[in-house]
Amino acid sequence: MTYREALNQALREEMHRDPRVLVIGEEVGLYEGAYKVTQGLLKEFGPARIVDTPIAESGFTGVGIGAAMLGLRPVVEMMTFNFALLALDQIVNSAAKMYYMSGGQYNIPIVIRGPGGPAHQLAAQHSQSMESYFYHVPGLKVVRPSTPADAKGLLKSSIRDDNPVIFIESETLYAVKGEVPDDEDFLIPLGQAVVRRPGTDVTVIAYMGMMYRALEAAEELAKEGVSVEIVDPRTLRPMDTGTIVGSVRKTHRAVVVEAGAGFAGMGSEIAAFISEQAFDDLDAPVERVTGASAPMPYAKNLERAKTPSKAKILDAIRKVCYARGS
Amino acid sequence: MAVSKVVMPKLSEAMETGKIIKWLKKEGDRIQGGDILAEVETDKADVEMEAFGAGVLRKIFVPAGETAPVGSLIGVIAEPNEDIAGLLAGAPAAVAAPAAPGPESRRPEPVASVVPAATGGGRVKASPLAKKIAAQSGVDLRVIQGSGPGGRIVRRDVEAAAAGPVWSAPAAATAPGSEYEDVPLSQMRAIIAKRMPLSKAPVPHFYVASDVAMDRASDLREALNALEGQPKISVNDLVVRACALALLAHPGVNASFQGEAIRVFHVAHIGIAVALEEGLITPVLRDCHAKSLTQIAVEARDLAERARARKLRASELSGATFSISNLGMFDVAAFSAIINPPEGAILAVGSVRKVPVVDGDAVTVGRRMALTISCDHRVMDGAMGARFLQDVKRLLEAPLRLLV
Repeated sequence: MTYREALNQALREEMHRDPRVLVIGEEVGLYEGAYKVTQGLLKEFGPARIVDTPIAESGFTGVGIGAAMLGLRPVVEMMTFNFALLALDQIVNSAAKMYYMSGGQYNIPIVIRGPGGPAHQLAAQHSQSMESYFYHVPGLKVVRPSTPADAKGLLKSSIRDDNPVIFIESETLYAVKGEVPDDEDFLIPLGQAVVRRPGTDVTVIAYMGMMYRALEAAEELAKEGVSVEIVDPRTLRPMDTGTIVGSVRKTHRAVVVEAGAGFAGMGSEIAAFISEQAFDDLDAPVERVTGASAPMPYAKNLERAKTPSKAKILDAIRKVCYARGS
Repeated sequence: MAVSKVVMPKLSEAMETGKIIKWLKKEGDRIQGGDILAEVETDKADVEMEAFGAGVLRKIFVPAGETAPVGSLIGVIAEPNEDIAGLLAGAPAAVAAPAAPGPESRRPEPVASVVPAATGGGRVKASPLAKKIAAQSGVDLRVIQGSGPGGRIVRRDVEAAAAGPVWSAPAAATAPGSEYEDVPLSQMRAIIAKRMPLSKAPVPHFYVASDVAMDRASDLREALNALEGQPKISVNDLVVRACALALLAHPGVNASFQGEAIRVFHVAHIGIAVALEEGLITPVLRDCHAKSLTQIAVEARDLAERARARKLRASELSGATFSISNLGMFDVAAFSAIINPPEGAILAVGSVRKVPVVDGDAVTVGRRMALTISCDHRVMDGAMGARFLQDVKRLLEAPLRLLV
């Protein structure tokens, strides 16, 4: 099953299971989603639960938050997550803070989902790794699922969660295929990392497309006798620090790979808690491989240069292992 | 792109300084990661040095013919527009003599041969893990040289130090008199001079000797060498093969003292001492336990030839679990050798001599060879060494077992 189909299945199962679940967004109904994640849902559930909206992110996100306050469980689709910038006030000031500011009277069980991060020549405004705008905000949970099974299990958990969840997919992963349990109760808890590849010499923390690139690097290094462990956090907030720190305690070295720019990025946070919790176990400083600090260029070669490459990941791993090489 | 410092790499376990034989790139050349920058003479072999970063070789600090300590800055790779003024200002000159002790060294025992890991202020740069392991194993970080960037001491440096003792100070040079001359130490002689007392003094050696009847082994060797198209088998090859088999049966001898544990090896990587003009070198024949006599003969010859040509790779000079030193070609009756730490034992092999042998009531001519094993008493006891030697003797006296 593809990643796209896994998301579709998760939505369909949750809508059957709970009549309060509805989908709101641009082109989610008649057009069946810009990336076809909502395919067939309008026909199956009707226009009251699959709601096409005008191009007005702040407006329909606000509608979603209001609906959640009154007991529904909306799933709001961003055609791309870059457009969520238009709804930032709704998300940050309403969704994330309503539970706190109402003294616990209103919780906001909303999922805001859509693709984000670099894809193929979508240029400066449509290639941003948007997670960093959200995981900074207390009150939001942030999910980045790398595989079809994770897409299903984590989306279902997000819909069932009583808090606002930012769920960022990727254009580059929608066609990725993988085993997905055909089980209506298949859930992956939020806040649980997974070891994608066991190893002994170095821990690489990576998610989404970078996780797949890190896997390639690990295969290449295995031939050189370097055993790489890859940890995929899956949920960025709350983060499963225990799994990551446990892995680093074992390997004594860590490399964080992220597609977004490095300054105050995910790698900064991970490097910080590793040095707080595993300082005495480190044999090398935590190395970060990040996107360049620049807007994403449209040109293919420059896009490639901005994004972390396998070669850069290899260099970073060799560096923390004090290994010789390029 | 980042500025890449080119530092003198640590190319063997014992290497402290390296001499640039020649630069294969000159200032201004564009460098890709993995390019060969220079040839470096280490204590053991001439080794090619690879570039770690990409860019332009902006500066060479240590010209060909000069020597620099491991970890010191010898060049800079950077893009043409990058500012490297800071590096240019702080670059150390090539050293001819060991660095003077830092202001912090107030210890009674001099540790001057150790190039300070940190050039400023006497602070030791070590990874947190290295510090933790050092504290646990009682290793003094001030006397270790780090192999990480900028001389940072990392885990492997502490573990190596815990396994074997650290160098002591070299003797001060004496002024030459009229009745003698002081010949400067070659790299190799210097390292031997440093290493040997650090084996002999802290490692409690004991010795077990045995005479092996080599009549059948010599006959077998002649028969094998008479075969056409077969590689020539030396007496030493037979000894290597016998030791490999015996080491598997006596893992206690194939072992290394590790401070708080004894590391017992399940593979036999045998160091074979090769005499050179300026000293000796011990290339390692790996996985001898899994190699036939023919394989051992072919590979040992290749290693010895490349050792004489100084064309060994750094990886071929470390990792032995046991060593053999053979002076048979010099008509030596018997001798004993000094253990090469962290190995636990070394076998000294004498010449195959014709000697009178009492056979019943008659005296006949027999061929005998003396074997003396030196053992680390921290790792094993006399009986263990004796049983191993007995097995080696049995194998050589019934040499068909070396062929199966």
